[in-house]
Amino acid sequence: MRLVEQIRMAFLSLFRRGQASTRLDDELRYHLDRQIAENISAGMSPEDARAAALRQFGNPALLRDQTRSTWNWGWLESMARDLRYGLRALAHTPGFAVIAVLIIALGIGSTVALFTVVRGVLINPLPYPQPQQLYSIYESNAHNEGIAKYLPVAGGVFAEWQNTAQGSAEMAAISPFQSYNVSSESGRLPERIDAGWCSWNFFSMLGVAPQFGRSFSKAEDSPESEATVMLSAAFWRRRYNSDPGIVGKRIWLDAKPYTVIGILPTSFTYSGAFGGNNIQVWTPMRHEESSIMLTTFEMHDMLVVARLQNGVSLTALLDRLSAVQTRIHEAHPNAHDAVSGRTLLDDSVQDYKTPLYALLAATVCVLIIACLNVASLLVARAASRRKDLAIRSALGGGWMRLLRERLCESLLLSIAGGMCGLGLAQGGLQWLVHTRTDMHRIESIHIDGVTLLFATGIILLCAVCAGTVSAFSSRRKNLLVALHESSRSQTADAGRATLRKVLLVIEVGLTVVLLVGAGLLLKSYSRLRSTDVGVPVENVLTMRVSLPEARYKQPEQKVAFFERLITQVRNLPGVSAGLVSTAPGEGWGGDHLMAIAEHPPLPKGQGLDFQIRGSDPGYFAAAQIPLLRGRAFSPDERLERANVTVISESAAKQFFPGEDPIGKHLRDQFDKTEVEIIGVVGDTRWSISEPAQPMLYWPIYGNDYSSATILLRTPQSVESLAMPVQKMLAALDPDLPVSDVMTLREAINKSTVDSQFDSILVLAFAVIALVLAAAGLYGVLTYLVTQRTCEFGIRIALGARRDQLLGSVLIDGVRPALLGVVLGLIASAGAVRLIRSMLYQTAPFDPAVFIWVTTLLLAVATLASLVPAWRASRLDPIKALRTE
Amino acid sequence: MEFVDNLGMGKPSDLVQGTLDLLILKTLLLDPLHGWAIAKRIQQLSGEVLQVQQGSLYPALHRLEQQGWIKAKWAESETGRQAKFYALTAAGRSQLEKETANWNRLSAAINLVVGEA
Repeated sequence: MRLVEQIRMAFLSLFRRGQASTRLDDELRYHLDRQIAENISAGMSPEDARAAALRQFGNPALLRDQTRSTWNWGWLESMARDLRYGLRALAHTPGFAVIAVLIIALGIGSTVALFTVVRGVLINPLPYPQPQQLYSIYESNAHNEGIAKYLPVAGGVFAEWQNTAQGSAEMAAISPFQSYNVSSESGRLPERIDAGWCSWNFFSMLGVAPQFGRSFSKAEDSPESEATVMLSAAFWRRRYNSDPGIVGKRIWLDAKPYTVIGILPTSFTYSGAFGGNNIQVWTPMRHEESSIMLTTFEMHDMLVVARLQNGVSLTALLDRLSAVQTRIHEAHPNAHDAVSGRTLLDDSVQDYKTPLYALLAATVCVLIIACLNVASLLVARAASRRKDLAIRSALGGGWMRLLRERLCESLLLSIAGGMCGLGLAQGGLQWLVHTRTDMHRIESIHIDGVTLLFATGIILLCAVCAGTVSAFSSRRKNLLVALHESSRSQTADAGRATLRKVLLVIEVGLTVVLLVGAGLLLKSYSRLRSTDVGVPVENVLTMRVSLPEARYKQPEQKVAFFERLITQVRNLPGVSAGLVSTAPGEGWGGDHLMAIAEHPPLPKGQGLDFQIRGSDPGYFAAAQIPLLRGRAFSPDERLERANVTVISESAAKQFFPGEDPIGKHLRDQFDKTEVEIIGVVGDTRWSISEPAQPMLYWPIYGNDYSSATILLRTPQSVESLAMPVQKMLAALDPDLPVSDVMTLREAINKSTVDSQFDSILVLAFAVIALVLAAAGLYGVLTYLVTQRTCEFGIRIALGARRDQLLGSVLIDGVRPALLGVVLGLIASAGAVRLIRSMLYQTAPFDPAVFIWVTTLLLAVATLASLVPAWRASRLDPIKALRTE
Repeated sequence: MEFVDNLGMGKPSDLVQGTLDLLILKTLLLDPLHGWAIAKRIQQLSGEVLQVQQGSLYPALHRLEQQGWIKAKWAESETGRQAKFYALTAAGRSQLEKETANWNRLSAAINLVVGEA
């Protein structure tokens, strides 16, 4: 009952506050009138009666306030009042408010965006049941961990592991490196798609259920079974218009019929360390893979995923597998000798960890700088309102009350900044998702409740930091001093300026760290960009064709097709063209272990590792790979006469030191065939960021190549050739898809996009930091000069030289910058270690970068100080002395 | 008259505030009254000893109202003008009993001490 009454009162005093106020006035006036009436009836004159009543009544305003203070929601009322004051104060200085809000928006926006990315990509669990039980298991080299810790697994090795792990883990193998030609069907064009082979239990082990149809059965995972395929949701949506009726129908992959048995859910994407983001269809591994690959211990093209049973640790599993692996290695020296593993999540995002955390750290730096800058602005603002505050304080305004107002003001700024920042973050994330399609799990990024909570936390933190610093600068003691000070006092604000200088030192320090990071990343990026892949990259177009085995069974058919194609392409005016199995920068492309027939035999299981390329006779000329010795292939070195090879310069240097490789023979350690070396050509790189490997070329007209990259070079605008060549291909074979049509420049840009992205972003943050620091420095000095206008006036009047004044102000500004630079360089020394793995051919302590950053910062600091210093030295003493 | 001054000025101590609350509740036991009448009634009943100042009365009334011990209603007063009449709630009634018992205990104790001296 009483509770009901209390709630009613709480409700009334919250929502009927205005009415209650009027009523209170009525109530008090009634009392006063009754008192007057009583006084009159006691015989006083009306004026006396009124005066006496008022005297007895006391201060009506005070009484009203005291009464109101007993009402509920008093705190809310005073908060609303603080907010109103805050808003009013900010509205008086819109310039300050807008600048502060923008600065905070930048800091909060970038931090929230990066936090969202880090959470979405690195931290959120994989979308499978019990994802913590899922691991990727690899073969590994016990003695060469650095570069070869996580290596693909051979088919025979996987079979042994699967047996061994029974009872402690379920295992599935996948091969995400595959691709198919999809035939044209009822109006849909032929296309080349990325594909994955997998053990039948791969999806059931992950816990992924198809949205239509079913997963593979064990029987379907065998060579004898009918061919089956599962479609990814994206492929099903794009090519089959989301028609569930496709389940049970047949589609043609590499000109062979496959029955569609299921459609994977939209949420499923596989993205491991070896790629697979773009897999469109999955087929059963044992149906697709040759029996040699399923039993070999030496050729590695499978990846293994395991789901550990409850209570089994990764170490325990690896121990059991290691024992098996040691045994395998003893029997087959080409097999790797160790086993390694990591969680499926780490497997997917390992490459992004350092860059993303580094970027997050950069945004936190920007946030801190933004916060310090706003704090510094608030300090300056408090200084300009010093007298006002001092008077209020003297009249009994409590320090807590003033602090609350200050916090309220910075809270308003932070909230407004945070809101703008969230908008920025949203825009930034959209841009990022579009730019970095190569990044795994990027599609799972979105702003959710946790992000908003994080943003709220940051906003509050920002408000408290900025507000407290500025409130700290105006403690009661200072306020009273302010009242005593004459306005001409010269030491007035030394303390406050010191505080701002300390903030400035921190800002400059953080800016140095950001600049050093940006400088190193940029240098690394430009090194990467200027890397020579071995051929001139401008005006080169590449595109890939692959011939379905089912229709091009005989080697003669393939050679005939390739030859017809390249002849037609070369007939285009001004075009030089060649065929190669894998173009420069296009990937590893396979390797073989070889031995030199003329050299003493190598121990069993050893060999010289050559990257293998097939090429047509005109490839070297078209790509402009220099022929250093000997000759290129002749057109009749094909099919059974294709036993000749051209090796790369580094192969010649490494394997034939001091002798002529021409005329020597290379023997394949796997199938024992021999080829004769007829020429030496320049090196090309398989990946822009990796050094050139020893390489050998043999004729693509032979050696059973069924896919090739066409490389075209023209004097200019090579892009315009894409359509004519594709038409030419369609005329030769209308059911042949063309894939990866892009210029060599585009391909290289694509492979350096992460480095570009990281360096540009960090640079952007560093520039923001530099501008903020410069603005901060400028602000502090301008403030100081204004404070000391009078002093400078006196000094000039007394004959001080203007250049001395200029110098003294300049030193005042450069000194904190110098201190900041020193601290920043020390901090950078620690920070650069963390980004070492992101750098390409750039030392973390690159002296040029450190010198550049120091020079740049000091120059900017000098420039920012020069303006106020110059202004101080140009003061007109008469005017200066007249200022207040 | 010290007591009166205490009721009217300065910060009321817990003892004084509690006492004022008790006086108000007791005054309202019979029938609803407005603020001026409450002050008058206390003055009369105490034989003109206790003069409640407005500065204490109205904050106390509003506090008691917020706490749900009393409730208010606007009604026509004896002079014909609208005035705010306060009445005890059921909870206020039991609160009055409790406070009265407390007061009796306290004053008896004080009497014992003062009487002995």
